[in-house]
Amino acid sequence: MSLASETRPMTRREWLLSDRPQSRLQARLGRAYMTWRRFSANRLAVFGLAILLALVLVAIFADVLAPHSPFAGDLAGARLLPPGSGGYLLGTDDQGRDILSRLIHGSRLTLVIVVLVAVIAAPVGLIVGAVAGYAGGWVDAVLMRITDIFLAFPKLVLALAFVAALGPGIENAVIAIAITSWPPYARIARAETLTVRNSDYIAAVRLMGASPLRIVFRHVMPMCLSSLIVRVTLDMAGIILTAAGLGFLGLGAQPPLPEWGAMIASGRRFILDQWWVATMPGIAILIVSLGFNLLGDGLRDALDPRESGQ
Amino acid sequence: MIETVRTSGRRRARSRKAVAAALQFIIVVATTYLGLLAVTFFIGRVIPIDPVLAVLGDRAPQHVVERTREAMGLNLPLYQQFLIYCRQAISGDFGTSVLTTNPVMTDIRRVFPATIELATVGTLIGAFIGVPLGVLAAVKRGSIADQVVRVIGLVGYSVPIFWLALLALLVFYARLRWVAYPGRIDIVYEYTFTPITGFYLVDALWQGQWDAFRDVFRHIILPASLLGYFSLAYISRMTRSFMLNELQQEYIVAARAKGLSEARIVWGHALRNAAVPLVTVIALSYAGLLEGSVLTETVFAWPGLGLYITNSLQNADMNAVLGGTIVIGSVFIGINLLSDLLYRTLDPRTRAR
Repeated sequence: MSLASETRPMTRREWLLSDRPQSRLQARLGRAYMTWRRFSANRLAVFGLAILLALVLVAIFADVLAPHSPFAGDLAGARLLPPGSGGYLLGTDDQGRDILSRLIHGSRLTLVIVVLVAVIAAPVGLIVGAVAGYAGGWVDAVLMRITDIFLAFPKLVLALAFVAALGPGIENAVIAIAITSWPPYARIARAETLTVRNSDYIAAVRLMGASPLRIVFRHVMPMCLSSLIVRVTLDMAGIILTAAGLGFLGLGAQPPLPEWGAMIASGRRFILDQWWVATMPGIAILIVSLGFNLLGDGLRDALDPRESGQ
Repeated sequence: MIETVRTSGRRRARSRKAVAAALQFIIVVATTYLGLLAVTFFIGRVIPIDPVLAVLGDRAPQHVVERTREAMGLNLPLYQQFLIYCRQAISGDFGTSVLTTNPVMTDIRRVFPATIELATVGTLIGAFIGVPLGVLAAVKRGSIADQVVRVIGLVGYSVPIFWLALLALLVFYARLRWVAYPGRIDIVYEYTFTPITGFYLVDALWQGQWDAFRDVFRHIILPASLLGYFSLAYISRMTRSFMLNELQQEYIVAARAKGLSEARIVWGHALRNAAVPLVTVIALSYAGLLEGSVLTETVFAWPGLGLYITNSLQNADMNAVLGGTIVIGSVFIGINLLSDLLYRTLDPRTRAR
């Protein structure tokens, strides 16, 4: 029996699921495969992933996909047309611009905001948390106190105040949101660090003479990544909503940029008679943040079965 | 003899522990509020290149600029400025609003009850609907009902509140005429209705003005329901997970073996044990609504702190913005810390052993 299985060539699936991986690559691919299988069993999560892939594709090919210009409208003949009329699938706004084209181009802004916030806030939180957890003592106490202080602040109001001081604009909105969103990441990174800092492999690395900096960056931080990714994904929806809220208040992206929150704000005046101007961008925001929430839930279940409560 | 010595020693150790815990709590409170002040100080004084310019505009004559600089204490070293700032903020002095020309604190005292009333009604709605929904989802786990509750929660997490508010206005005010137009109370009552506490629902009830009460209710119900929906999303999700956790415990099996009715087990036993963390969740969602009211109030022209902050923002009235930020931040922090404290006192398992 065992002889037969050894002579028969392994299928790709068996190779991936082997409990005696022959190489590091095989082990990694095997783990990734298991994670993917858990993830893809969750239909809603796959749906969320599909939404986000679609968003990325739309953002990349915005110029090709958009039927009209997002900035130049037909002021004379196409103001506030209802959806479906005259080749404007989702209608036009008060300046005769095609709403669909503006939404398509706005997906770029949404992606830029989300990615920038994640790129700024996640590493800051990761470094603060990992250093605090690994160093311990007063470093830990001070860093965590600062983290807790920021964690206790109301995020949106603080972001508002920051943007009020920095001046409106998409860059400042990103900075303000990033400043208010790193603390949970620091908390998570610290918790993960505390679970590994006394493990044998860290002791082994230390005995081999690795500097604390190297240990933190090369051996502790990678262990924090999976729970951090889950948390960042779950936070993306909140980031989108905050950015849209800032845009709605006129503090985020400035006109004529087709930012979705600002589009809702400009459609607000016409809500009673031309409902589609404000409604369409809201649907776009809802779909994208729903996508992030679904993906985040699915990732949490797949990467961290303990946390999922299943 | 030895026994009494030992217990008194233990008691002393316990009281020492309690003192240490209280001290730690005070330090946490103090540093958190200090942090809030430091951040607002940073926003108001350090980020603007010239705060005088921010106050006076760029057309003021030179001697006025100098005098204002001195009056604002900007010639002092930064740490002294910060100390003065803290002293003023603690005594409730946030400067004067450029927009209304009142002291910011007076303005805030006028508008804050509106926000509190809105957030309170919102939280009540969220809790009274969210908790039963969460319990239902946990008991009928995996059923259609569970899925529906999950979707309601997911959409609540994902929808932009100001957009939903606009749509709600369109449907329930403009089309169906079920609720009153944006604002707090109809202009008809301007002279007949005198607010005492600033909480209009309470005031109208207190004075027995039923017409006014009905009108206030028709004004508050839509924005409060929207805020309630958001806390419902959070509360129902947390209730579900707490209840799932409790329903797996052995005492539930024991209660079942005793022959208790399912309703008794769910509502009397499981929910009671889930109640402690739920109280903290509801407190946190209340704090969240205070913050969420900023966008909702803007849409509904609700004359609360959120609208005050956004109006001031649009007019570059930094004193008012920062004053509002400090007040919302303080209440937010206070609720956070209180819920933490509440959790520790209510749940015997978390007490120091």
